[in-house]
Amino acid sequence: MRIHISTTDTAPIYAQIVAQVKHLVASGRLAPGDEVPPIRALAQELLINPNTVARAYRELEAAGLFESRQGSGTRVSAKGTPLARKERVRILSDRIDGLLAEAHQLGVDDAALLELIEKRRRALRPKEDTP
Amino acid sequence: MNDSTPNAAPLECSGLSRSFRRTQALDDVTFRVEPGQVFGLVGENGAGKTTLMNLAMGLLRPSAGTIRIFGMDPVMQPEKTLAKIGYLSEDHDLPGWMRLHELMSYTAAFFPDWDQDYAERMREQFQLDPAAKVRQLSRGQRALAGLLCAMAHRPPLLLLDEPSSGLDAVVRRDILGAIIRTVADEGRTVVFSSHLLDEVERVADHVALIRQGRLVETGSMDGLKARHHRVTLRFAEPQAHAPHVSGALAAQGGGREWTLTLEGDWPAIQSALAALPAEIIEHTAPTLEDIFVARAGRQAAQV
Repeated sequence: MRIHISTTDTAPIYAQIVAQVKHLVASGRLAPGDEVPPIRALAQELLINPNTVARAYRELEAAGLFESRQGSGTRVSAKGTPLARKERVRILSDRIDGLLAEAHQLGVDDAALLELIEKRRRALRPKEDTP
Repeated sequence: MNDSTPNAAPLECSGLSRSFRRTQALDDVTFRVEPGQVFGLVGENGAGKTTLMNLAMGLLRPSAGTIRIFGMDPVMQPEKTLAKIGYLSEDHDLPGWMRLHELMSYTAAFFPDWDQDYAERMREQFQLDPAAKVRQLSRGQRALAGLLCAMAHRPPLLLLDEPSSGLDAVVRRDILGAIIRTVADEGRTVVFSSHLLDEVERVADHVALIRQGRLVETGSMDGLKARHHRVTLRFAEPQAHAPHVSGALAAQGGGREWTLTLEGDWPAIQSALAALPAEIIEHTAPTLEDIFVARAGRQAAQV
């Protein structure tokens, strides 16, 4: 589970963990049933307060992404897929919001933006395999 | 005199003041550290952090107010207090002529609860040569030796004064890792001072910001971050001065674009900002450094 914490990032550290885990699950790099590191191991690795990791794990459990069972540690929930789909939409929506705001700032109208997206899609299609 | 009580806070100060001749090093400082917290004392050099540490150790007497360690007065009950504290001073002042193994047995003699196996495990983990003279150790190795001596009696309260100041990244990792392990494995309390705010933001769950001997702000890291906002505004027309908004602690920028650091509830701030001829182009949580710089600046401006 590769997580990168930045204190120059404006999100609180626990929220960075939650967001990155959701990203890992949505992109399939964390699969349902995968074991995740124990709280103290991740705290050691990232050099952050263990309570922060515990809070992130609690939120991930509450969101249904993690399951913890006594004795068998914490795993990525088996029923993670529909949530992951929602999360994919959310991740992309965030990016699109940013793109729309930037286009607005630059004075590019919606039609021109859509045209540009289509143009870029065609340019990238040969290199990128779409799911 | 009370002995330590199970419910007493690991460290509590109330109206704590200390002056040296005409300098007020600490001025009416009140806060409480609860068991299991990693408490970061933040301030510039000379803010009063080391004075606070020395008062906690009983090395100084308060000019006014009180400081208690597990309910005990460190000046009146030095032995009982010191048994509960693991202390690492800023300058890692260890006797240079001793070999490391001598330093370890010398320190062990002061602490009935010294755990030699644990001390040896730390020594191996920190890759310290037991036969090396303290004087020959690098600055980082001396810091680790000091940390080992502070921790081997498994104190319920670890007091670290600028533990990683002036050290390279590898040693800093070792020291921060030791702090985290102390808390994660054993639920002990850590109070550490630092001017490295990114480090404090990672490791501490509670903070006190000290400036010129006064407590500027204290509370949980999450609460502190939730109460502060950083907003970038884009004005219709260039502005000659920073916009005046209630709750604003600091402003940067110029012309049409200004970034404000504000304190307060977001809905209240939002309605205050709505009165300005500007649109909010970004709203984020500030870093601890942003908050500290903004609050320190405000404090200075009020003097």
